[in-house]
Amino acid sequence: SGSFLLVYLYIFLVVFVGIGLPIEASAPAYQSHGTEGSHLTNITNTKKAFPVLAVNYEHVRKPFEIALWILLALLMKLGFHLIPRLSAVVPESCLLIVVGLLVGGLIKVIGEEPPVLDSQLFFLCLLPPIILDAGYFLPIRPFTENVGTILVFAVIGTLWNAFFMGGLLYALCQIESVGLSGVDLLACLLFGSIVSAVDPVAVLAVFEEIHINELVHILVFGESLLNDAVTVVLYNLFEEFSKVGTVTVLDVFLGVVCFFVVSLGGVLVGAIYGFLAAFTSRFTSHTRVIEPLFVFLYSYMAYLSSEMFHLSGIMALIACGVVMRPYVEANISHKSYTTIKYFLKMWSSVSETLIFIFLGVSTVAGPHAWNWTFVITTVILCLVSRVLGVIGLTFIINKFRIVKLTKKDQFIVAYGGLRGAIAFSLGYLLSNSHQMRNLFLTAIITVIFFTVFVQGMTIRPLVELLAVKKKKESKPSINEEIHTEFLDHLLTGVEGVCGHYGHYHWKEKLNRFNKTYVKRWLIAGENFKEPELIAFYRKMELKQAIMMVESGQLPSVLPSTISMQNIQPRAIPRVSKKREEEIRRILRANLQNNKQKMRSRSYSRHTLFDADEEDNVSEVRLRKTKMEMERRMSHYLTVPANRESPRPGVRRVRFESGLSV
Amino acid sequence: MGSRASTLLREEEIEEIKKETGFSHSQITRLYSRFTSLDKGENGTLSREDFQRIPELAINPLGDRIINAFFPEGEDQVNFRGFMRTLAHFRPIEDNEKNKDPTASEPLNSRTNKLLFAFQLYDLDRDDKISRDELLQVLRMMVGVNISDEQLGSIADRTIQEADQNGDNSISFNEFIKVGNLQHIYVWAGDHYLILTYILLSVLQDCLCSSV
Repeated sequence: SGSFLLVYLYIFLVVFVGIGLPIEASAPAYQSHGTEGSHLTNITNTKKAFPVLAVNYEHVRKPFEIALWILLALLMKLGFHLIPRLSAVVPESCLLIVVGLLVGGLIKVIGEEPPVLDSQLFFLCLLPPIILDAGYFLPIRPFTENVGTILVFAVIGTLWNAFFMGGLLYALCQIESVGLSGVDLLACLLFGSIVSAVDPVAVLAVFEEIHINELVHILVFGESLLNDAVTVVLYNLFEEFSKVGTVTVLDVFLGVVCFFVVSLGGVLVGAIYGFLAAFTSRFTSHTRVIEPLFVFLYSYMAYLSSEMFHLSGIMALIACGVVMRPYVEANISHKSYTTIKYFLKMWSSVSETLIFIFLGVSTVAGPHAWNWTFVITTVILCLVSRVLGVIGLTFIINKFRIVKLTKKDQFIVAYGGLRGAIAFSLGYLLSNSHQMRNLFLTAIITVIFFTVFVQGMTIRPLVELLAVKKKKESKPSINEEIHTEFLDHLLTGVEGVCGHYGHYHWKEKLNRFNKTYVKRWLIAGENFKEPELIAFYRKMELKQAIMMVESGQLPSVLPSTISMQNIQPRAIPRVSKKREEEIRRILRANLQNNKQKMRSRSYSRHTLFDADEEDNVSEVRLRKTKMEMERRMSHYLTVPANRESPRPGVRRVRFESGLSV
Repeated sequence: MGSRASTLLREEEIEEIKKETGFSHSQITRLYSRFTSLDKGENGTLSREDFQRIPELAINPLGDRIINAFFPEGEDQVNFRGFMRTLAHFRPIEDNEKNKDPTASEPLNSRTNKLLFAFQLYDLDRDDKISRDELLQVLRMMVGVNISDEQLGSIADRTIQEADQNGDNSISFNEFIKVGNLQHIYVWAGDHYLILTYILLSVLQDCLCSSV
């Protein structure tokens, strides 16, 4: 069957990749046609037969290998989802690592050096798409409502992890029997800082599949994003110091200052590029095709610029995505929005797959120095410090929180602190002068394997077992929008009455500032005056119009009612009660069936909801259909369900000859 | 200023308000000093004009409705007790309250009462239903003047259609509660009110005043 064919295809590809490498290594240096030298040598050489067919692998080697790797990775991904039982039990990340191990093993067996996850490649090419995808679709409301908690976990939690682990490992190394007495404190602290940070890639990969409730999700996920600044500072700090060997109080103070510079600087850089992107999108009404490119390029530039200054690239990306999104979405076309969504999901999906496969391959490749005690202690300490950190911090945080974190929440937050490829890459970046580099790398890989395999696989059954609250599936609801805005106004007003300048007061001030000053510069045309509620409603109606047009549900009801209406155009519509109920039911059913999450509340990589219909309908037709739909629906709704007392002001129902599809 | 004002409020009164609304001592004194600062006429009650002088309420689309919520039926003045009673709806729900005497009447800040308070801000004529017109009025207040009546009308229709379950073309309180994540939103967001800095501010104020 199909899956067996795919298995054969994999084996073929893997062998091909394995063989391809030795061929290029031993191929003679081929002079490319067109150079001066070859002309001369052609004259002096003896004439040989004109080569009809020749192999020139060198010419295409690099792009060919890259494409082959990506293809292999994606075929693997495809294969997993063909085996439903496997993908339900084992998270994808685990399977990909196993594949990486197999491929690495195969390459080693053939006798070649397997490629290692190059840190340059990782940080500059593989990581940005994932972070941009996460940042662009970050759910703002839960994030800002919990930002205090997230920051405490990210900053203080990571610091605690780093120092606790580093300190205890140093104590361990002092024990004679371990045989690692050459390791000094700073090296241990450096190691601690590398392995202490929760990894966004791993968290995303695992948490996406378990659909946990929004609060816990945003806590772990937000923490994994915001701890980048801490990791950068600690890593650079200890790397510098371990060369020098001593730490002074001034250095510590500078470290703290550096932290603020790195994080706030990153955010600032991101925000600047975000505003630039928003401003640019204001003028793209005539060149819709390149709109998505602006979004991607400005974000990538933000990342690169902040990496250039050793600021936090991840925070820059997040800030850029968050800042530009409301303005860009008001300006760009519907198709561009879909394109951006698709491309971001696609790139981040590919990146994630490649990262995990390369992790597996690097494990086989990398130089290893195994020390049982050190490695096992690292794994245990990781768990212990994480649990202690979460419990301790939650105790303090709950005093300030009003919606307290329950024990179940704490457990998931602690258990979901996965380590991943960032730790590995940082370890790999350590210069070879560190005598402990191989040991550290081995330990890091073991920790990553443990968290991804053991914790990743068991978190889903544990969530079921503990009956942790799952994410509520909610369709975009105009009710929710209206009431949320109503509530915001209400609470702002009450805060005003109490003279309390709290959360809502400042949020209202920001909104007002945004509306009066910022929007008119960043949003094209007259749209900047449009209230958010109206924009939301418009988008919702558009989506539903598309759906109804494509599914053709509504038109089927029309023909029979049309004949009735044409008889007495001016009378109160004589639609039978049964027919009314049918119409009402269809409309209501359409409301309930509307699965498209307009605000992209789902940031799942596997299930981009069916947006295929969007591509086929042109915008002009769409608008026309939408307006017709609006009119029709409001007409339907004014038809009284109760026929006994027809309301005097009811509008007559008139139909045109069906929808033009 | 703070400590002087609190002496005008007798201890028994504070205890009564504490029992009725569940606010703590410091919160009550803090709110009392706010009450007196709003009370320009210095007669122990607030009128509508006193509220309208608050700048945040003047620019708030729901300003008038919020002000009305403080005044009981047909009255034009509200005393401190009434003031606190209305504000009590916004006090966060404490865990230790949940297991209290079940026969006692539901506390003012319970989930249902919070939602009921919000519902009553929509439902002006108190017929326990949000009709299309009432919804239109609220939408008009929130959205401003630039949107056409028709568009607003179709939004209102859509809203009622989404929430209405018994087909009476209006939203009753039970339907209101059931709307999607509404309970989650209201309770969550409503719980964020009155956070710790509020209390810290009052402590600070007391410290500053007592040192003067």
